[in-house]
Amino acid sequence: MARVLTGTAELASTPASAPAEVGDRLFGLGTGGFALLVLGLMLAILAFLFAGALPALRQFGWHFFVSSEWNPVSGEFGAASSILGTLATSLVALVVAVPVSFGVAVFLNVLCPHWLRRPVGVAVELLAGIPSVIYGIWGLFVFAPLFADRIQPALTDWFGGLPLVGGLFDGPPIGLGWGVAGFVLGVMVIPFIAAVMRDVLATVPRHLIESAYALGATHREVIWNVLVPSTRRGLAGGIILGLGRALGETMAVTFLVGNAHNVTFSLFEPGNTIASTIANEFSEASGDLHVSVLIALGFTLFAITIVVLSVANAMLRRSARKEAAA
Amino acid sequence: MIPSERGLLLRRRLLSGVDMLMSVLATVFAVLFLGWLLWGVVTRGVSALNLALFTESTPGAGIDGGGLANAIVGSFLMTGAGIVLAALIGILAAVWLVEMAPGGALARAIRFFNDVLLAGPSIIAGVFVYGVLVRPMGHFSGWAGAAALAVVALPVVVSTACAALELVPGSLREASAALGAPRWRTTLQVVLRASRSGILTGLLLATARIFGEAAPLLFTSLGNNFFTWNMNQPVAGLPQVLYLFATGPYDNWHQLAWAGALVSTAVVLGLLVIARLVSRHHD
Repeated sequence: MARVLTGTAELASTPASAPAEVGDRLFGLGTGGFALLVLGLMLAILAFLFAGALPALRQFGWHFFVSSEWNPVSGEFGAASSILGTLATSLVALVVAVPVSFGVAVFLNVLCPHWLRRPVGVAVELLAGIPSVIYGIWGLFVFAPLFADRIQPALTDWFGGLPLVGGLFDGPPIGLGWGVAGFVLGVMVIPFIAAVMRDVLATVPRHLIESAYALGATHREVIWNVLVPSTRRGLAGGIILGLGRALGETMAVTFLVGNAHNVTFSLFEPGNTIASTIANEFSEASGDLHVSVLIALGFTLFAITIVVLSVANAMLRRSARKEAAA
Repeated sequence: MIPSERGLLLRRRLLSGVDMLMSVLATVFAVLFLGWLLWGVVTRGVSALNLALFTESTPGAGIDGGGLANAIVGSFLMTGAGIVLAALIGILAAVWLVEMAPGGALARAIRFFNDVLLAGPSIIAGVFVYGVLVRPMGHFSGWAGAAALAVVALPVVVSTACAALELVPGSLREASAALGAPRWRTTLQVVLRASRSGILTGLLLATARIFGEAAPLLFTSLGNNFFTWNMNQPVAGLPQVLYLFATGPYDNWHQLAWAGALVSTAVVLGLLVIARLVSRHHD
């Protein structure tokens, strides 16, 4: 053993290895340049968005974020309706996606017979692979009409009369708005949340689960008293990751949200989101201020996404470290 | 066993059963939704399929008939150029991250930003490329579309290539080094070769992702009703034509949108299936 080690040391110091070292250094520099390109791209995007947003932010100040005025003709722009719509549709999406994703993750981890695991896993993956614009077309022609004819009147009947929340379910039965957009968005993010939750649940040590069963625990008790408490942080990370996806989703929402600069508190009124506003107005923006406003919206969206993702990554990393320690 | 105990057990089992049922229902919901979506796309898409789809170009407003030939070709051109660019940068960047500087502060920072880029909104790529390519050049073009798609594909390539490289056992690198191979040779001839199916899988996933992206094309390639191979002028992309035609007021546009939805779903799902086969073949 010792001989081999000295052998390598000698080999490394012989003159013959000098070109190899040069080669390694060049290779490192070359590939390092490409890695820096990835970093540079990210910084360039941030710098571009910030610089492009400045004229709009100078013009309107913080008022930009709270005003809902939107009039390209008179040059009045406020981001409130877009920001509110982005948050509202994403919230609806989470309400739909979180329980379903958790159910799917539990099914795949606890209940699913072995032969079914692969097909169900593949189906959920395909749900993630279908392009957003396809969800949009399907939503517009298949789901929205059904929603307007059947689901929305029923929801208005059941909940419309309730105090406080009743207003949420009031609106014209056109099948476009926060509710439909959020629902389809929810289906789109199910695969992302479910995949993280499935992986997180699978990290719970087998002996913990089996000792719970050995003590006579039912499936329900194992899930809520063993799996969930020991993976809380990872599960939350998965949910926040899904939120990050939902915030930036563009095409499906643009099809379904109705595209009106509208501050509303009803799920059934047409509204808009940051992404849908950019998609709709960017290529026909009327003048430099309008373009700057849209880039400022993009900057806002990107900033929100970065914060959300950092939180999700931190939670997932911490949960992974806890597993490693256990 | 005393009766009350038996009652408790029954209650616990019943509650457990309710939860299990919910879990099964959640899974059924997700799978049914996929089925519903595919069913809609296939039934409506097939009835709109015809030969003209692949031979004629997209019709203008109010003009009958037409096809999607220009958009299908345009999508393949822009996706192809985008993935080549993303593969070149992404694989080499991943090599540096995993082989040359693993664990370093810079490498960690790059990985974090790559994750942000990975989950970031794809429409931002369109806005960015509009600002740095379209506005300076003064016109929309297929190259700008390809560049925007490359921005979307790049983080997918980097993260999947990193994962594939990390799967290569360290002993393989040591064996190569022990034979006297320098680091760069080990990387090119041993590590990259051992991880090529993983990297290929990542490239296929990235291709599937950008083939269906409409948002980055809206303000970069813009669209074009005429057939063209020239990437220096505006080029039609399939997903963005779907958006335009589905939201437009004409019946034949809607027909073409469904046919296009079928074509792009088939291409994307086909790519995903091939990606699975490639990765499984290797396992």
